[in-house]
Amino acid sequence: MESKEMRAAYADTLIELATTNRDIVVLEADLMRATGTGSFQKLFPDRLVNVGVAEANMVGVASGLSATGKIPFASTFACFASRRVFDQFFLSANYARLNVKLVGTDPGVTAAYNGGTHMPFEDLGLMRTIPGLTIVEPSDPASCAAFVRLAAAMYGCVYLRLPRKAAAFLYPAGEKFEFGRAKRLKEGKDLVFAALGSLMVGECLKAAQVLAGEGVEAGVVDVLCLKPLDEVTILTAAKATGRIISAENHQVMGGLGSAIAELLAEHRFGGGFKRIGIRDEFGEVGTQDYLVKRFGLGAPDLADAARKLMKES
Amino acid sequence: MKLEERARELEAKARELRFHIVDMVHAAQSGHCGGSLSAADIVTALYFEFLNIDPANPDKGDRDRFVLSKGHACPVQYAALALRGFFPVAELRSLRAMHSRLQGHPVQGKLPGIEVTTGSLGVGICEAVGLALEARLRKASWRVWAVLGDGELGEGAVWEAAQAATKFGLDNLIAVVDNNGLQNDGYCRDILPLRSIPDKFRAFGWAVLEMDGHDMEDILRTFGKALLITGSPVCVVAKTVKGKGVSFMEDKRDWHGKAPNAEQYAQAVAEIKGGPA
Repeated sequence: MESKEMRAAYADTLIELATTNRDIVVLEADLMRATGTGSFQKLFPDRLVNVGVAEANMVGVASGLSATGKIPFASTFACFASRRVFDQFFLSANYARLNVKLVGTDPGVTAAYNGGTHMPFEDLGLMRTIPGLTIVEPSDPASCAAFVRLAAAMYGCVYLRLPRKAAAFLYPAGEKFEFGRAKRLKEGKDLVFAALGSLMVGECLKAAQVLAGEGVEAGVVDVLCLKPLDEVTILTAAKATGRIISAENHQVMGGLGSAIAELLAEHRFGGGFKRIGIRDEFGEVGTQDYLVKRFGLGAPDLADAARKLMKES
Repeated sequence: MKLEERARELEAKARELRFHIVDMVHAAQSGHCGGSLSAADIVTALYFEFLNIDPANPDKGDRDRFVLSKGHACPVQYAALALRGFFPVAELRSLRAMHSRLQGHPVQGKLPGIEVTTGSLGVGICEAVGLALEARLRKASWRVWAVLGDGELGEGAVWEAAQAATKFGLDNLIAVVDNNGLQNDGYCRDILPLRSIPDKFRAFGWAVLEMDGHDMEDILRTFGKALLITGSPVCVVAKTVKGKGVSFMEDKRDWHGKAPNAEQYAQAVAEIKGGPA
């Protein structure tokens, strides 16, 4: 399967947009070489603002640029893009009704060797509490490019959660995406996985394959947009099968698992429901593969949850 | 012992630290060589000459506290702790490995000798102010030494800490700036020009000393002077070279966070073991 670095999809799309839109600017806080926007700087040196190791200032500056009509994309590691700049992003950007696109790379276990200090399991939980904020975690390079274009085209703040490593293409280049719309990647009559991000969508597809061998037909919904959540698609899929499992590279508290739990409870869903994600723990050092196992995020964990759900309900 | 003789001994020790920095990052195939090597002489002098610490009793109450505010350079601290006897030297190769006590950034409680958790830049110096303030409140004698990166000075929190330290007159706090002139994306002068670091700290009410961060005699004299200053916190600005001691890493941005391959490792080790002081 063809793949591409997600950070390359991000940077390439910024370059494509900036070529025709003079308002696109990119901000960095001394991690340009990690987030991949060095290619943007080469072509548009005046439109890449590197403020140094000063993430809070970066988001404040992005807000100021937005107030003058620019469309700023500010990128850094997700741990800094959430915890470190929360007040600036909340107040200067969102509460002020500005147009700041904040990009957090290396989310969850994809922070791997950098360890617990750099491993955000809480960024989505924080971001979900900001009124009106759009939150997206693309599942492949095509959806990444599409959502960067959509973010630029829409007025309003966006948090884009982005592993920087290579991910397999799940969608053709021309696929249409919308904020607030999930994609039904795979149908299944017995249960449905609702997954957020390239890592978890991939693991859910693998788990569905394993389950198929056991005669269990599992569907996969690629959630894409955590906020606004595609309530209709998720609820319809849950009700059709009577069983749903949320899957996220994040704490189950505050993130996708919480969002779906709230949705199901409010709509009196009486079927089976399980959440796969981090269970009230901090991160630690390891390879991504190890951490996926360590925190129970892998296809075997998803398949186990599915088997339990089949027994229970 | 004469200062000159002691300096020769510490230079040899610094060479050992440098070897282990390169060795553990090579073993992990991940980690930060450049900023660890630039701080190696500073950290050697602190751990082997100045810090009142006891590996047999790492939690003794009156110990000096060392804070690596530039937490990504933890290989240099791990090497110093191991060579000082806080844990087995063989464990250094478990850097960034699964279940390791040697996490990617220093984590308090994981490893003896790590006082506070750092890794987000700008947090360590604030923690150091707290440690120094507590010594003041308890009328305890311990000192707090913090090592900061120059790129790290971009973080606003550093200057919040700098003002608080002055307010409380924390002359038991000594901050050493590892001024290697490089940060992740390039030279500090290009990414975020710092102008005069000494002038900045002076303006914040600190006493400032400057030294060559690779001249062990200068380091010993300057740290000695820093201990005598009373009434204000002390900032020691150490002029250093990123990647110091490995020719192909010196002053190279690329070696901020990259691991050497087998060939580079062999060359680096040969240079560290056989090179000039």
